[in-house]
Amino acid sequence: MADTVVGENPDPHAAGEDPNRRDFIHIAAGAAAVGAVGALAWPFIDQMNPSADTLALASVEFDLSKVALGQQVTIKWRGKPLFIRKRTEAEIAAAVADDGANMPDPEADEVRHKPGKAEWMILIGACTHLGCVPTFAGGDYGGWFCPCHGSHYDTSGRIRRGPAPLNLPVPEYEFLSDTTVKVG
Amino acid sequence: MSGHSTYEPKTGIERWLDTRLPIVRLGWDSIVDYPTPKNLNYWWTFGGILAVCLGIQIVTGVVLAMHYVPHVDHAFASVERIMRDVNYGWLVRYMHANGASMFFIAVYIHMFRGLYYGSYKAPREVLWILGCIIYLLMMATAFMGYVLPWGQMSFHGAVVITNLFGALPIVGEAITTWLWGGFAVDNATLNRFFSLHFLLPFMIAGVVGLHIWALHVPGNNNPTGVNVKSKADTVPFHPYYTVKDGFAIVLFLILFATFLFFNPNALGHADNYIPANPLVTPAHIVPEWYFLPFYAILRAVPDKLGGVILMFGAIAVLFVLPWLDTSKVRSMRYRPTGKLYFMIFVVACLVLGYCGGQLPDNHVIPGLSTFILIDADLNSMVWLSRLATLYYFGYFLVILPLLGLTETPTAQPESISTPVLSHPAGMPAGAVAAPEKKG
Repeated sequence: MADTVVGENPDPHAAGEDPNRRDFIHIAAGAAAVGAVGALAWPFIDQMNPSADTLALASVEFDLSKVALGQQVTIKWRGKPLFIRKRTEAEIAAAVADDGANMPDPEADEVRHKPGKAEWMILIGACTHLGCVPTFAGGDYGGWFCPCHGSHYDTSGRIRRGPAPLNLPVPEYEFLSDTTVKVG
Repeated sequence: MSGHSTYEPKTGIERWLDTRLPIVRLGWDSIVDYPTPKNLNYWWTFGGILAVCLGIQIVTGVVLAMHYVPHVDHAFASVERIMRDVNYGWLVRYMHANGASMFFIAVYIHMFRGLYYGSYKAPREVLWILGCIIYLLMMATAFMGYVLPWGQMSFHGAVVITNLFGALPIVGEAITTWLWGGFAVDNATLNRFFSLHFLLPFMIAGVVGLHIWALHVPGNNNPTGVNVKSKADTVPFHPYYTVKDGFAIVLFLILFATFLFFNPNALGHADNYIPANPLVTPAHIVPEWYFLPFYAILRAVPDKLGGVILMFGAIAVLFVLPWLDTSKVRSMRYRPTGKLYFMIFVVACLVLGYCGGQLPDNHVIPGLSTFILIDADLNSMVWLSRLATLYYFGYFLVILPLLGLTETPTAQPESISTPVLSHPAGMPAGAVAAPEKKG
């Protein structure tokens, strides 16, 4: 046993005084533990995000000659329905006429189709409310009607009435020829 | 109630085990000699019934997992194979599917029991909150289980519920993509739902352990809501409540068997026997019956984010209930005004459940069109839902906080046993003097 000094504080850096080496070790060890847990948690969180093969999903090419005037074909793209609708003159006119109407997500009809291709309305067919598939030519505006919670879309796919906050989204696409379109 | 143990090991091996792992002592103190208020009525048997429900779901679920294939191309067919080809597969699957409904019937009665008799009040707040956590886990488990057969309702139900998170500002889209593991509900989603559906029941079992622990510290509440004052107020759990609970469990299993053997699809939806088709949504999409009240609240709000907030708020409000009710009196038996509001609350919940199963624009009184108020006919399900939603939140946020300060409760008994023992003249109607001499 070493000599014991009585009546004197053996620790000059008692609690409440300047940080000492032991405090530093506590903080450093704590920080390392938190960092390690965080670094380990991230892979377990991120594994739930779309995997590489899901992200690499090829784009789709579609033959437009299959769609008759006034009709719509629904194909699957990235797991979601894709509406390809060939609009009639009357439907286009109705959409353009409503450009100035009061709507939740105002957008002009001409920015929702490719220039000079007003008859082709290509949209992601998932209601922007909770993702149901709206039915063709239903609702008060002749565009689409979502049966789940009653959202009405016009012939430009713009939300006009109901709980959906946004217009049906226009995917990225291009015309490869007059009769072929490539989506994605 | 806890702390004092009456267990005395009788044999050498019991003494040996007791000093090493006192597990027999734990069982003895919890379900044999556990002192229980002697006036518990049949509403108190649903705790035991729920334990049986959880057991049935876990056993049948583990068996189903031996035959089920969690893949979008095989899930529906594998469920049909269980129904047609696997020996007794139909029985096990119908037990599991109807068992979920029975579980929710029991849990709703159990919760209304707690609301009526003030079982959430001090010192049982933690017990109540643990119960709310169990309820949340049950809902998550039931939702994910319903997705697994990969029928039309499975698929589009999953689409709608996961899209709820998309209502959150900024992070909404990232969260839904993360939940899906892709750009839509697809194989990755089905696979993870299967994994979590297997895990969650065991988490429920864990929280149930905590729930019972938190019950055994303050002990049971009782129909009078008055604290246990002496040993005269209690009886040992065994045989009094093992037998009472056992009897109730048998009655409950008869109800279960009635659905199981005579109408196994009564509580399900026919559209779920159509394989999932991502390109077509069923014309009338509804959740399982036990989610209908929340679905009605969701649809009552014309705004996406607002509807989602209110729907989750309907459950969140339960967590803070112990601090919303200002009344010192636990049992509604002594709160005549409170009892009335409580009964209306039960009706409001049933009305919400009814509205949740109807189309929002349907008329409440058939054939009568009144006038459009804001966005819908006044005589429509959506307005009835709004009325009931208003009462649901009003009950918790306005009525219970204010009523406790203003109402005059009737006299509570001094203890659980006094109204029975010390007033022979004032015996309740139907009670018999010296019942031991009768029959």
